[in-house]
Amino acid sequence: MEKIYFDNAATTPVKKEVLEIMLPYFTENFGNPSSVYHLAQVNKKAIDEARETLAKYLGANTNEIFFTSGGTEADNWAIKGIAEAYKAKGNHIITSKIEHHAVLHTCEYLEKQGYEVTYLDVDEEGMVNPEDVKKAIKDSTILISIMYANNEIGTIMPISEIGQIAKEHQIIFHTDAVQAIGQVKIDVKEQNIDLLSLSAGLLYIKRGIKTAPFIHGGAQERGRRAGTENVPGIVGLAKAMELAYDHFEEKIKNITALRDELIQGLITQIPYCKLNGHKTQRLSNNVNIGVEFVEGESLLLLLDMNGIAASSGSACTSGSLDPSHVLLALGLPHEKAHGSVRFTLAESTTKEQVDYVLEKMPQIVQRMRDMSPLYEEFLKANK
Amino acid sequence: MYSEKVMDHFMNPRNVGEIEEASGVGTVGNAKCGDIMKVYLKIEEDIIQDAKFKTFGCGAAVATSSMATELVIGKTIQEALHITNKSVAEALDGLPPVKMHCSLLAEEAVHAALWDYAKKNNIEIEGLEEPKADVHDHDHQEGTGCCNG
Repeated sequence: MEKIYFDNAATTPVKKEVLEIMLPYFTENFGNPSSVYHLAQVNKKAIDEARETLAKYLGANTNEIFFTSGGTEADNWAIKGIAEAYKAKGNHIITSKIEHHAVLHTCEYLEKQGYEVTYLDVDEEGMVNPEDVKKAIKDSTILISIMYANNEIGTIMPISEIGQIAKEHQIIFHTDAVQAIGQVKIDVKEQNIDLLSLSAGLLYIKRGIKTAPFIHGGAQERGRRAGTENVPGIVGLAKAMELAYDHFEEKIKNITALRDELIQGLITQIPYCKLNGHKTQRLSNNVNIGVEFVEGESLLLLLDMNGIAASSGSACTSGSLDPSHVLLALGLPHEKAHGSVRFTLAESTTKEQVDYVLEKMPQIVQRMRDMSPLYEEFLKANK
Repeated sequence: MYSEKVMDHFMNPRNVGEIEEASGVGTVGNAKCGDIMKVYLKIEEDIIQDAKFKTFGCGAAVATSSMATELVIGKTIQEALHITNKSVAEALDGLPPVKMHCSLLAEEAVHAALWDYAKKNNIEIEGLEEPKADVHDHDHQEGTGCCNG
């Protein structure tokens, strides 16, 4: 049976070219970049080059790129770091209801420390309205943090507009771009982004923006983020960035076509299901479908039995017993939020794989509906 | 995450369906929490001759429904009453702790069907209490269940 991995928003395999470039830094080039001997200096140079590459793709300067352990740390550092450094100026933060938990739970933590947080609503397609951002601004506002694109439903936010508003009001603007990177072109200067988080461990901090240190220790990252650098990771991230933006337009065009084929196929073949998120302002690899009368975890188990790896916003897959906060914020009732399934494609995705999912999904949904008391009730009520 | 037995009962659920003119039917759970179980019983001379179910829910919810119907078929009403959520979970070689509330749902669904049977026949079943409108009220006290909403 063919294995189809459609959970690329969760994590992805490392490309061969990326792995190859990383490997020597585990063995021969193992020196600690903070040391003075040649072995260490080779690694220091590798980090500098990686920083240069990454800065270029973000439209940033090299001294504005800081390496972290991952996206969650970058979000934590950005938000807590700004909150602390600008405490004297104010205590109000604006964010949205559909941020990743790395942002939401950090904001909730800050609320307990006496900060005030406005969680903006989104519309039914998951879009933050820039006007709402503007209206939420007060004299005490020190930070606006809005994700570039949502991890569950793929909606791409109006980041440039929000950046413009932040600039006009002289408020620091942070964006979590973990899901967006490699799928959209980002220019931090042009878009007025002051801080930007990436997974695999990077935080862009605009020159002149203060941030309280988050990890204390040695003098790495110009004294702002301590800890011996993860050289293989840093080198790998830079290579991955290069590859992501190589033949960018062509790749995005291909994957978008496959995405739309999958969306179209699912909503036409399966009755009582709909697309979650925005139709066009949407990550090129994201398909999120709400399927009525079925429960998400069961759906995932049956997909897995058919060799398809996907994810769901169902409570049963979150570990919390509550369905996805993102789907609830779109206004979906609990029962519909439980029946969502997300497929996230990759540039390696083929039409055959999409066709296979389109062949299996209707059968799986029908099988589950046949044993669903909700579907039985619905059919009886609509006889 | 699930035992082989849970996966077996999830992939090949026993007794899925409805019973025409069932002796008793019980529905518990709610869609908001993501699980609903409906159990049909056919009872003759105090013996459960047949049981069927329909379930909207996760893998554990489907597997516990399947196992609970297996366990009650052929039992007397009193025997069926003594099948607890723990015995359903044990028969499935255990459930992840976060899924124990699903087994409770199966127990309550059988009780609700028996209650329906008793009401229809105007009899009293010793030891059987009126089913709760929402099984999850029960869960809150044990701190294991859904939902906050």
